[in-house]
Amino acid sequence: MSSNLPCIIIGGSHAGGQLALSLRQEGWTDDIIVISNEAYYPYQRPPLSKALLAGKLEPHQILIRPQALYEKQNISFLFNTSVEKINRQNKRLELDNGNSIDYQKLALCTGARARKLEICGAELSGIHYLRSLDDVEHIKADLNNQLKPQAKPSSIVIVGGGYIGLEAAASFTQLGHKVTVVEAANRVLQRVTAPEVSNFFTRLHESYGVSIIENKQVAEFLKQTESEINRVHQVLFSDGTVLPADIVIVGIGVRPNVELAEQSGLEVKNGICVNEFAQTSDDNIVAAGDCTLHPNTMYQTSIRLESVPNAMEQAKSAAAMICGKQKKYDALPWFWSDQYDVKLQIAGLNQGYDQTIIRGDSVNTKSFVVWYLKNNQVIAADCINRPREFMFAKRLITQKILANIAQLSDDTFDLSSLFS
Amino acid sequence: MPLIKYIDHSGNEFEAEVEAGKSVMDGAMDNMIDGILAECGGCCSCATCHVYVEEKFLPITGEAEGMEKEMLSAVNDPKPNSRLSCQIIVNQDMDGLVVHMPESQY
Repeated sequence: MSSNLPCIIIGGSHAGGQLALSLRQEGWTDDIIVISNEAYYPYQRPPLSKALLAGKLEPHQILIRPQALYEKQNISFLFNTSVEKINRQNKRLELDNGNSIDYQKLALCTGARARKLEICGAELSGIHYLRSLDDVEHIKADLNNQLKPQAKPSSIVIVGGGYIGLEAAASFTQLGHKVTVVEAANRVLQRVTAPEVSNFFTRLHESYGVSIIENKQVAEFLKQTESEINRVHQVLFSDGTVLPADIVIVGIGVRPNVELAEQSGLEVKNGICVNEFAQTSDDNIVAAGDCTLHPNTMYQTSIRLESVPNAMEQAKSAAAMICGKQKKYDALPWFWSDQYDVKLQIAGLNQGYDQTIIRGDSVNTKSFVVWYLKNNQVIAADCINRPREFMFAKRLITQKILANIAQLSDDTFDLSSLFS
Repeated sequence: MPLIKYIDHSGNEFEAEVEAGKSVMDGAMDNMIDGILAECGGCCSCATCHVYVEEKFLPITGEAEGMEKEMLSAVNDPKPNSRLSCQIIVNQDMDGLVVHMPESQY
């Protein structure tokens, strides 16, 4: 035990775990305490809707690092504990178990939570969200309980055709369940991709037997008429139609966990405001991960990202800041999604694009690229089973290299020649 | 447990005992060895765990194929012995394996 006060990290997430270890690498010798409202050491969140839900991985296989490493680095964890209040004046945290704890430095890695659907029947059992390991365990247990005696597959309704919804649909389908994805907009992934990519994923899912319904708003979750059991039985839509549902998964986006920061008077917008060194408006407090709104020079705006690379890299900057060093965080955002035999890799942010160019056949094959351009410069790319183009896309965007339509669209043009 | 040696671009050497069944990337992550970023956590999506396998071990580790090979064709300074370390699953035969980490991952 050091005689100095500890650095406390709120959130045992990708960002929280990385920040703790990076603190040691940056030379922090005082105590480090991670306060987590979950019961586990930091784990990989992306597999939750993929391999974990599909039963290909077990919970212990998704830990980011082994428990022994945290112990060796003298990093302690308070599990199942929530911080109720940050008192910045006294540098003290009030915990939900009634205790309080003083900090020397504080890091907010509070992440984001699933956005809740607030409609009639939302409180019925059988309605799930998919954000944490516990969520997945509950879904799996519920599925096992609901399996009919004759082992008929369950009818699963997924509300929301975003990445989480589609990945869950792929996982459930591979387990043999009957899946319907319901999307309120006129196409899946509408918020994040071009129509060609949406259409591709709709066709892909339909080819595996998933039913995708667009332009449909959920109005209410219904239980069995005159039943005593408060369990979802049907989903009622605003057009009056209904779908049977043994289980419902709601995947309609997330909300950043900014309330603690906000109540303590830190600057908060759509995320906890930090600078390029992950510092908040308080010199003693940094923040990293899904909860932060941070500057990005590539896109000349402040952005909030829901991504693992963002959490890990920003955490490294935050740890350096705590140790008095400035390590600028200004990486190109990138994302990935695995569904069936398709790997989607996304380089950059397509917000504000004025042109799209397709490389490959987006209709008849499972391998193509959509380039997003703004003022003739590639600003983002969706790469479907095109890992090589994904790698080049990252370089085209970060190095601001211009490529013309023919070079981008012609599959016989070697993109590597743009870099020589 | 197989002992894996990681050498960074400046020649600094790090050794880690890596359980069979884990990847060479896991070995670096679990022992805080810099030079392997592992942004995607090991699902062959990012190519930030690129290593050069010392030639004599290539018959044991095998060469890159498919998705991994395509990713590697577009990294900085690809070589015939390039691998993504998340795709090298450690077994007993790999005791003593040596991998070199590229400068671009720092």
